[in-house]
Amino acid sequence: MERSQPRRQVAAMKQSLFDQGLLDEQFIQLEELSDDANPNFVEEIVTLYYRDSSRLISSIEQALKERHPLDFNKLDTLMHQFKGSSSSIGAKKVKAECTLFREYCRTGNAEGCMKTFQQLKKEYASLRKKLEAYFQLARQTGPMETACRPK
Amino acid sequence: MECEGVVSGVRMGESSEEVHVLAVDDSLVDRKVIERLLKILACKVTAVDSGVRALEYLGLDQSDAFVEGLKVDLIITDYCMPGMTGYDLLKKIKESSTFREIPVVIMSSENILPRIDRCLEEGAEDFIVKPVKLSDVKRLKDYGVGGRINKRKLPDTTELDLSSSPPSDSSSSPSISPSSPPVIDSPIQRLKMTTTALD
Repeated sequence: MERSQPRRQVAAMKQSLFDQGLLDEQFIQLEELSDDANPNFVEEIVTLYYRDSSRLISSIEQALKERHPLDFNKLDTLMHQFKGSSSSIGAKKVKAECTLFREYCRTGNAEGCMKTFQQLKKEYASLRKKLEAYFQLARQTGPMETACRPK
Repeated sequence: MECEGVVSGVRMGESSEEVHVLAVDDSLVDRKVIERLLKILACKVTAVDSGVRALEYLGLDQSDAFVEGLKVDLIITDYCMPGMTGYDLLKKIKESSTFREIPVVIMSSENILPRIDRCLEEGAEDFIVKPVKLSDVKRLKDYGVGGRINKRKLPDTTELDLSSSPPSDSSSSPSISPSSPPVIDSPIQRLKMTTTALD
């Protein structure tokens, strides 16, 4: 059927995001909170996340520049906040990078922090693009009957 | 529809039915999520971004003003917040003769048993490990309802996730049904089962 094709695409796209390890169960939890009155709840939360966390990213970036030596406590505190938000939207890979970063803070590994942060920013930006594409397609397709769980 | 005695946005006619939750979290994303979760469960929500603001809202700040008509049934707060932590807030609330009866639930991204212990000892009702899910909040709703109203069961959840256990009555023995939520999601349940001597 012509009409089911877009829905299958959306489902496939979502499946792919999970297969790539980019999203976890929390994303599904959020999708299940949508209803007729709030059909785009997840998209709103994700948008809010990217807007709100950008200042944390900047702060961490700034703190990483202030070496001699690095203030690992400050970095860890900032990253704790960032990790929390990332976890709340189900950003699995980003969250994993946060955990790694915090480990390097604990061991006082400046190199590790910087490398991990670069990777984190990549994942963060990549996820944003993919989610934008997903939401765009989902909106075009119209509301789905229920949040479908990927396999 | 004009209501007499509209106070703090709570309409008098509905105030005895609607559970009013004060949510405290410095994360904007988390505030939005918890707000949504609570609204889905038909709770009225006031969300603030710090312990200081929570105290202000309750009238427990320096001004010590009594807030006319304020009715808060449940307080749910993040643990790690800059300035005043959720634990500090919990202590302040339990020190207050006006508010010490209000159940306080702590949320934290870190499942640290000593932390949970501390909070329980200080009088926290429950502890949720983040990220917060609907099933976590469903479990809490009965604290807010308490014994004031003939205990309202949770809305029919047959079409939703069924991982939440039946509501536990504070006066009855802890829920030990095999279909309880996974222990990792409910450290409180596990602790209550093993430390009944402390009650």
